[in-house]
Amino acid sequence: MLILSVVMILPIIYIFNHAFKPYHELFVYPPNFFVQEPNVQNFVELFWVTSNSIVPVSRYLFNSLLISFLSVVGVTAVSALCAYPLSKTPFPGKKVIFSTIILMLMFTPEVIQIPRYLVVSHLGIMNTYLGHLLPVLALPVGVFLLKQFVDQIPDSLLEAARIDGANELIVFARIIIPMCMPAIATVAILAFQNSWGNTETSQLFMQDDEMKNFPFFLSTLTNNLANNVARQGAAAVAALIMLVPNLIFFVILQSKVISTMAHSGIK
Amino acid sequence: MWSRMWSYRTAYLFVAPFLICFTLFIVIPIVAAVGLSFTYYNGIEAPRFIGWSNFQYLVAQDLLFLRYALPNTFKFAVIVGPGGYAAAFLLAWLISRLRGGYRKWVALAMYTPSLTIGIAMTIIWLPLLSGDRIGYLNSILLKLGLIDVPKLWVTNPDLLMNSMIAVTLWSSMGVGFLAMLAGILNVDTTLYEAGKIDGIKNSLQELWFITIPSMKPQMLFGAVMAIVTTFKTGAIGTELSGQNPTPEYAGHLIVNHINDYGFIRFEMGYAATVSVFLLLLMYFANKLSWGLFGAKEE
Repeated sequence: MLILSVVMILPIIYIFNHAFKPYHELFVYPPNFFVQEPNVQNFVELFWVTSNSIVPVSRYLFNSLLISFLSVVGVTAVSALCAYPLSKTPFPGKKVIFSTIILMLMFTPEVIQIPRYLVVSHLGIMNTYLGHLLPVLALPVGVFLLKQFVDQIPDSLLEAARIDGANELIVFARIIIPMCMPAIATVAILAFQNSWGNTETSQLFMQDDEMKNFPFFLSTLTNNLANNVARQGAAAVAALIMLVPNLIFFVILQSKVISTMAHSGIK
Repeated sequence: MWSRMWSYRTAYLFVAPFLICFTLFIVIPIVAAVGLSFTYYNGIEAPRFIGWSNFQYLVAQDLLFLRYALPNTFKFAVIVGPGGYAAAFLLAWLISRLRGGYRKWVALAMYTPSLTIGIAMTIIWLPLLSGDRIGYLNSILLKLGLIDVPKLWVTNPDLLMNSMIAVTLWSSMGVGFLAMLAGILNVDTTLYEAGKIDGIKNSLQELWFITIPSMKPQMLFGAVMAIVTTFKTGAIGTELSGQNPTPEYAGHLIVNHINDYGFIRFEMGYAATVSVFLLLLMYFANKLSWGLFGAKEE
């Protein structure tokens, strides 16, 4: 078991080492797994080389940070708002909505890129931050997980609050949100992963280079990396930037995620 | 009816933001894809209705699709889907049997690879698999004497598919894996004690008679997630080999076929037909897992 987990993690450890390798170590034969003389030359290169191009890497990074932040906030808010009535209020049409969401759980946006492109261009949100944000806002998995979690909040609690004169908004903000924190954390992680590594919106909906995000920049770095030696170190650094925030997020919130997932079953 | 709906107006208000985005970016595109699949559409002229001929071309004449995309997708999906799923379940079960504080870290180690799905995965794997003797895998195998010449892991058509499968399996311990782990950890322990009294002898019996039946819902969720990830990572071949289409179409999956027609040849109507086909495929894969793990009593 331990051996297996070491094998699984090996490529990750390796990318950490790769990012700190100076040039002469990147291409020695036989290759070293661990870095001998760690330095930050690759980091410098990543930010320096691109600083005199038209769009500096910091701009991509800024775009990514902004979009990810907005989408985490947006997705959790929108999903939580939706999950609460879906779970607790018997409004007409609820069954249809929920089964559509379950159905859409199965499909990935990758398959419908072309019509999505048409929708975005008709909405006129090409080349805006909205174009980055809106398409990722609806995350069926998020609503699903939250709904399952809200299900187990006892109705009597909500009743008591209503008798005390709380309206729906207060019930939502004072009871549902605090009690769903684990699920909200999980959805936030999923939303973050979703938008932090998303190249789709940049590739399809953004024509201006200064509106594209960091993963897109990364994909331009790696074009033909298979047969190429240039910038390998810088690419490794960039991959690290892609990976580390996800990892930190997950480590902090791991126990919450597990407790949410316990309710993830589709019944 | 209307007054009843009016009395639930706050509920509708709460649901609205999600539903609008959901409709705009998921439901409408899917409906549009179905609609476009019956047309000839090149992105410039208005779509022209041509009936079933796209579908006829797809199943009868599109050699690239029939000879490469379809068999490749099946091979890839059959190994990565059920294979990755079984592996995820097995790992979740083994991890749940670990005692003490390091269970958390083993789970983390398993989950981390799935965080790299997408672009970072390419960067991590390319140097490992690169085709010259500097590539790590080549270097190790050469040293062990298992191979004589460096192998072109990602550009040789014979090997690309295997590399794709290996990399995807490596990263398949995602959300579904976590769900199953949580499911196993939350099985009521009194059930195990009752099982012991009823004569369950070893842990395999325990797994089969108690653990699996009581976590079926999580297993279904895991299966759905496995299917989604399987089709999602379809672009991995293009990323690894750095070419689309991949060398000799060795890693050509249906997803690549869609991109090929949609964004390279601009035959969007036909690309939509291929997407509809893929959606149907995913739907039936899901139906299958639903049949296997779904709750019978409801």
